[in-house]
Amino acid sequence: MTLTLAEVEHIAELARLTLTDEEKERFREQLSDILDYADKLLALDTGEIPPTFSVLPPRSVLRPDRPHPGLSLEELLRNAPQTEQDQFRVPPVLE
Amino acid sequence: MREPVEFTVLEAVQAIQKGQISSRELTQVCLQRITALEPTLRAYITLTPDLAMAQADAADKFLAEWRQYPQGALPPLLGLPIAVKDVLCLANVRCTCGSRILENFIPPYSATAVERLLSAGVVVTGKTNTDEFAMGSSTENSAYGATHNPWDLQRVPGGSSGGSAAVVAARLVFAAMGTDTGGSVRQPASFCGVTGLKPTYGRVSRYGLVAYGSSLDCIGPMARTTEDVALLYSIMAGYDRRDATSMDLPVPPIQFSDKPNLKGVRVGVPKEYFISGIQPEVEKAVRQAVALMQTLGAEIHEISLPHTHYALPVYYLIAPAEASANLARYDGVRYGLRESDGDTLELFRNSRGAGFGPEVKRRIMLGTYALSAGYYDAYYAQAQKVRTLIKRDFETAFESVDIIAAPVAPTTAFPIGRHSGDPLAMYLEDIFTLTANLAGVPGLAFPVGFDEHLLPIGMQIMGPHFREDLLFKVGHAYQQATDWHQKMPLLEVS
Repeated sequence: MTLTLAEVEHIAELARLTLTDEEKERFREQLSDILDYADKLLALDTGEIPPTFSVLPPRSVLRPDRPHPGLSLEELLRNAPQTEQDQFRVPPVLE
Repeated sequence: MREPVEFTVLEAVQAIQKGQISSRELTQVCLQRITALEPTLRAYITLTPDLAMAQADAADKFLAEWRQYPQGALPPLLGLPIAVKDVLCLANVRCTCGSRILENFIPPYSATAVERLLSAGVVVTGKTNTDEFAMGSSTENSAYGATHNPWDLQRVPGGSSGGSAAVVAARLVFAAMGTDTGGSVRQPASFCGVTGLKPTYGRVSRYGLVAYGSSLDCIGPMARTTEDVALLYSIMAGYDRRDATSMDLPVPPIQFSDKPNLKGVRVGVPKEYFISGIQPEVEKAVRQAVALMQTLGAEIHEISLPHTHYALPVYYLIAPAEASANLARYDGVRYGLRESDGDTLELFRNSRGAGFGPEVKRRIMLGTYALSAGYYDAYYAQAQKVRTLIKRDFETAFESVDIIAAPVAPTTAFPIGRHSGDPLAMYLEDIFTLTANLAGVPGLAFPVGFDEHLLPIGMQIMGPHFREDLLFKVGHAYQQATDWHQKMPLLEVS
């Protein structure tokens, strides 16, 4: 499996990552190598094998829906890069 | 009496309880040693000496009041200095995850496992170095620089919990918390000559552990002896309503016998873990350790885990896939680094591009690809099916043996920089540890010798789900009969 530069750019776009030209070329080579290695899985016949969704026995994880004390607004906003009027500030979505 | 820095956890706690040393004195011993050795080891990302002294004084005050009016048992780790890997939240202390993107992130809450140790009385000296978001096997992928192995400063301590392994090995603290997604407690424990546990998946709450691969992530203790690791584990383990994957099962009290006796214990030795390319001294030391278990009464059986060689590609598809989803949260909006004032998409792309290091970007890219339209079935779905085969290998093996014994890593600690630029070579370091995470089984790593460069060699024993007690029994018996775990690296205290 050899990735093209266009494929690398497409993956970076899906992953919302700005990459430099140097990073794109390096990842193109390295990801191709890693995927080559992963190709040994493709040869294995897994027709009847179910995928592992959890290593634990299936069980109900529901609990009573009761309110618990949470974090304060101040604590929640403390790490925000930008806030305004007690909200997270982001660039305008609509002009 | 031995020097306080040489105490085990149990000895340190007893010395405090008996009044032979105060928590303040013991914490000062640790902080002085940290001041002397940290510039050489670089094992911490953030030191918390003020917090540590405040916690130590609170422990001493608690003990003084308890002596006047004894009510109930004392907290089991009262006054004990430890360290916490910097992917675990400790309230009001920055948690960087070894990443620039969280350089200034200060969590408003503590992880459940951290909270439980705090309730048991520990003193936290700081947050230890880690590969960025725990992605790595050498602690070189930290944005804050590499940690040096206390046994040889030119070598890596292993990873990703390399900082925690180094501080325990160098006797800066008595125990440390690590995390293990593909071997990140066991491999650094092996490289640094300490004892470390990867518990059963679901045994220790992951609440407050910054997520990497959520179906694989486990929090585990690192210390010098199996007894110490078992004590910390018994405090951290158990159900937590804040982690839906934590199991609601009782944690039986851990009991140790005075005499090493493994009569009736069936130890399986899987042939797939003794492959060509393994360092001969590693194989020899592990086989000698197995032979010693036999003289202690254990039955040894050669077994097969036939899908072992698929674990590496399975892991390096599933873990990056989960990482690509988990790390989508770093978008420059609610916390973390924010770059650019373009539109919202630019904000996401640039914040992530500037904040993440190369290995994290590589795994996000790999995981995004494995989950993308057209490739999902070939890579991710196929990996989850092969994971089932790996899990079944263990289930079949545990029908005829009680535990499985194997090397932790194919080699001892490698030189800093050896694998830079070759990610696949670095991934191969994890070849023996990934299977336990994929199958969810517990694994205990402990030292079983040294190679010709006087570097520690580790072995791991793995058991069925929720049978940590078996691992402790065998690990403790082995350590009663040997003294590898007591060896201490020679470090110049400046």
